Amino acid sequence: MENSVQSAIFYILAAIIVCSAVLVVTLKNIFHSLLFLVLTFFSVAGIYVLLHAEFLAAVQVLIYVGAITVLLIFAIMMTAQIYSPALRQSNQQVIPGIIVVGILLVVTLTVLGNTTWRVSEKLPASQSVNLIGKSLLTTYVLPFEVVSVVLITALIGAIIIARRD
Amino acid sequence: MFELERLFKAVYIWLEGISNSLGIPHFWFDLFTMLLIAVIVLAVMSVGAMFLVWWERKISAHFQQRFGPMRTGWHGWLQLPIDGIKLITKEDTTPALADKLPFLIAPIVIFVASFLAFVCLPFGRGLIVRDLNIGILYILAVTTFTVISILMAGWASNNKYSLLGGFRSAAQIISYEVPLTLSVLGVVILTQSLSMVKIVSSQQHIWNWNIWKQPLGFLIYLTAAVAEVNRTPFDIPEAEQELVAGYNIEYSGMKWAMFFFAEYTNLILVCGVATTLFLGGWNGPLLPSWIWFLGKTLFLIWVVMWFRWTFPRVRVDQLMGFGWKFLLPLAFLNLILTGLFA
Repeated sequence: MENSVQSAIFYILAAIIVCSAVLVVTLKNIFHSLLFLVLTFFSVAGIYVLLHAEFLAAVQVLIYVGAITVLLIFAIMMTAQIYSPALRQSNQQVIPGIIVVGILLVVTLTVLGNTTWRVSEKLPASQSVNLIGKSLLTTYVLPFEVVSVVLITALIGAIIIARRD
Repeated sequence: MFELERLFKAVYIWLEGISNSLGIPHFWFDLFTMLLIAVIVLAVMSVGAMFLVWWERKISAHFQQRFGPMRTGWHGWLQLPIDGIKLITKEDTTPALADKLPFLIAPIVIFVASFLAFVCLPFGRGLIVRDLNIGILYILAVTTFTVISILMAGWASNNKYSLLGGFRSAAQIISYEVPLTLSVLGVVILTQSLSMVKIVSSQQHIWNWNIWKQPLGFLIYLTAAVAEVNRTPFDIPEAEQELVAGYNIEYSGMKWAMFFFAEYTNLILVCGVATTLFLGGWNGPLLPSWIWFLGKTLFLIWVVMWFRWTFPRVRVDQLMGFGWKFLLPLAFLNLILTGLFA
């Protein structure tokens, strides 16, 4: 019973993610696209919960829904003529686009078909926060610091660009 | 004595016995108890919010040397049920040029966001829906949907005042979320856990309360929380003189009531979280734990209402300047000091 409920929830979430992701790139109204992007991010957080990665799920909601989408909403609302019919979601490069997507699809399907999927026998960690914190500040401290330096550079750069005008 | 935990446990065991004797699968029984708990939480939220609206009207009246609602019931306590009936029977209008679906969903989103956060709020010893090990992070995460809802409402109403109100509100909530989260981190460093129950049980006695170890953190949290719930002195999103009503200007009837309702449940939420983090949560002598929690939370709510009726509103630029140039460095200082001495 437990397993079938879990897989039912997984398929529902997966369907929501795929449908809303498609809607993000096809809808005419860019504000609606953004709302579906929120739905996509939230459903991905749901998948993380199913995988017992609660910390990741909470951070996903906090950062993607709370910060990034709100930033995007601001950007959209600050843009003039967002409802203008001249705005389109597609562009002229349809044929190169189809070729690239086709190649990507073939590669992905080959990789999917040729991989043997291993299932870990280990139980999920009950205190994932502590484990993530420890490994971020010991084993992966260098990438962690590099990421923070990149972020602070981006922040300073944005402020300098904004101050110019 | 009078611990509600025992009552709930007894009811649970009684229901389990009935379900076992009827041969109902455990899955359906779990689903039923989940629904039951959700209904109880919803009832607590509703009654709390209704009480707070009445209380706020009385407090504001007494601050201004008036009586407030007096006609319906003893000191007007029936005013809110009657207002509720009025709101239900009111015509539910949607502007002709509004973006219909986001307009409809926005009040639901803000309500669900504050409802979800109550899952992790410990109302008393054992009175928590689910003690997640990421408790406080979960609360911070689900309440971010408030911003999305306010922006949806502001945009979908197709009204310049509501759009401006939505903008201001979102900018304010994002700005004050940063010092709020940093002040919470101070407590997390001291407790070494994100779980709400562990945070409460680390503050058994009054001299162990985090407010003594984190006085600066408490002040930062309270200031940022008042800004988060859009109340005076930080209520520029709905500054009546400038914006008529802010993001919910086009709403009427029950949809408007849901925004109003969410405002007060969010007030309960931030004060409840402050009680849990800084004032020892349910801990206290003699009286049952839930009364202690309720008392401390109501005291904090009263303090926040006191702010509202005695302080003037700040300007937009003052608000942003205060948040980024004063509160944020102070929150960092608090975090560094906590890290050094904890």
